[in-house]
Amino acid sequence: MTALVELDGVSHSYGGPFVLDHVHLIIEEPSFLGVIGPSGSGKTTLLRLVLGNLRPTRGAVRRRSDLRIAYVPQVETVNWNFPITASEVVLMAGASKWYRPRATESERRRMSELLEQLGLGGFENRHIRELSGGQQQRVFLARALYSDPELLVLDEPTSGVDVRTRHEVVHLLTDLHRNGTSVVLSTHDINGLAAHLPIIACVNRELIAVGTPIEVLTPAVLERTYGAPMKVLEHGGMLLVTDSPMGLA
Amino acid sequence: MTLFEPFQFEFFRNGWMVSTLAGAICGLVGVYVVLRSMSYIGHGLSHSIFGGAAASAVLSVNFYLGAGIWGLLSALMIGRVARRGKVGADAAIGVIATASFAFGLALTNVFGTAKRSIEAVLFGSILGVTALEVVAVASVGVLAVGIIAGFYRKLLFATFDPEVADVSGVNVGRMEALLMVMLAATILFTMKIVGVLLISALLVTPAVIARMVTNSFSRMLVIAPLVGAVCGAIGMVISYHVDVSPGAVIILLASLIFVVVYAVTGARGRGNAAGMIH
Repeated sequence: MTALVELDGVSHSYGGPFVLDHVHLIIEEPSFLGVIGPSGSGKTTLLRLVLGNLRPTRGAVRRRSDLRIAYVPQVETVNWNFPITASEVVLMAGASKWYRPRATESERRRMSELLEQLGLGGFENRHIRELSGGQQQRVFLARALYSDPELLVLDEPTSGVDVRTRHEVVHLLTDLHRNGTSVVLSTHDINGLAAHLPIIACVNRELIAVGTPIEVLTPAVLERTYGAPMKVLEHGGMLLVTDSPMGLA
Repeated sequence: MTLFEPFQFEFFRNGWMVSTLAGAICGLVGVYVVLRSMSYIGHGLSHSIFGGAAASAVLSVNFYLGAGIWGLLSALMIGRVARRGKVGADAAIGVIATASFAFGLALTNVFGTAKRSIEAVLFGSILGVTALEVVAVASVGVLAVGIIAGFYRKLLFATFDPEVADVSGVNVGRMEALLMVMLAATILFTMKIVGVLLISALLVTPAVIARMVTNSFSRMLVIAPLVGAVCGAIGMVISYHVDVSPGAVIILLASLIFVVVYAVTGARGRGNAAGMIH
């Protein structure tokens, strides 16, 4: 297996205390890694360090030199009032080529094919606000896939979406991983998403554990991660994590 | 007195051309300003440039050279502060812009000699626009169109989603610097007609009007300059006839169009423009 990204003793601070401290993590090809942790635990910071949007305060982040990397941000961060259509969002991905200020015919074909593959054929000229939650998520996924990435990074891809959309997103990502794309995502959704992934990383200002769901989703690891007692049940071969509020059986 | 009577005067023809071009350029650049929620930067930058204009007048340095250097430095500094966001961009810009504006006022009060030209910079004037200035404003227009056409997708990506643009190989810092330089040049070369105190409205209003009538970014880039140019052209003629400063008339006309479009487009227009002005 080849290392795509390696975080070597990485710490990061935004000026105050470290939001992430001394993280060692290797993302190999092909990975399918979910990062879980409570709000403010450093999940998004970890993703931004992997992407190269942030430089570590301490330690080093090594990326394979020719790595094609793409990012799907949280839908909550998108400006839905921006005057832009689904096709324009996808075609932005070709913007890095300075000699192509406008999309070429072949780029438009690629955009149409991607939207078609993701079940969005005929939605090219729709304003992004007019799409459903699942369709919006797929438009941003199409933009990320436009450059045929080897590593796809997603921040909370199922946040704020309904159950059906969550299933769609999980299936899409599973298919991508099967076809050789490495996927790293952050999520709050342990039962609906993280428990279905091959590898989970638990983060709370430090890397608490990395492993398969069976190895990581244990009451001890979850209590260290979330700072509160949690129960882990097994149902039909699946792990289910529940809150275990103090005083309640 | 006929409607077209003022066109017999060269100073008016020059002023009319500059105000029409100024409206179009402000409309075009304003699309990026409002979509990036940078309206306050346009306001701050125009106030900053006033300091440079006053210093140039007192030191007898060429207006465009002095105010241009001052404006460029202010633009880059404001852009950097807004990007880093450590202090709170609006607060930092408030400090930089008002300090520069206050410096300009102090210079004017102490030296007093350039009061008339400073008043023109503050409130706009149709007098004294030379043919060379028409060429200069037209050049800024050509430059702005060239930059927007040449970097269309990069500017769009950096405006819509800077974080992802950065990951995707777009140099977002460079795009922002380009935008700030374009904004500074636009303000610098159009402020004599519209005035420092009103130019931010000309940057914002045509773009907001365009946003209310369309959901397409590329159409906004056509509609906003058209609205700005119409306001500049008609506002200048009205300004001559009613003897009110052109900046005030141009902005009042733009505001009137805004009110009409706001009423006509109803909830859809208001929904489109929601969250654009900060």
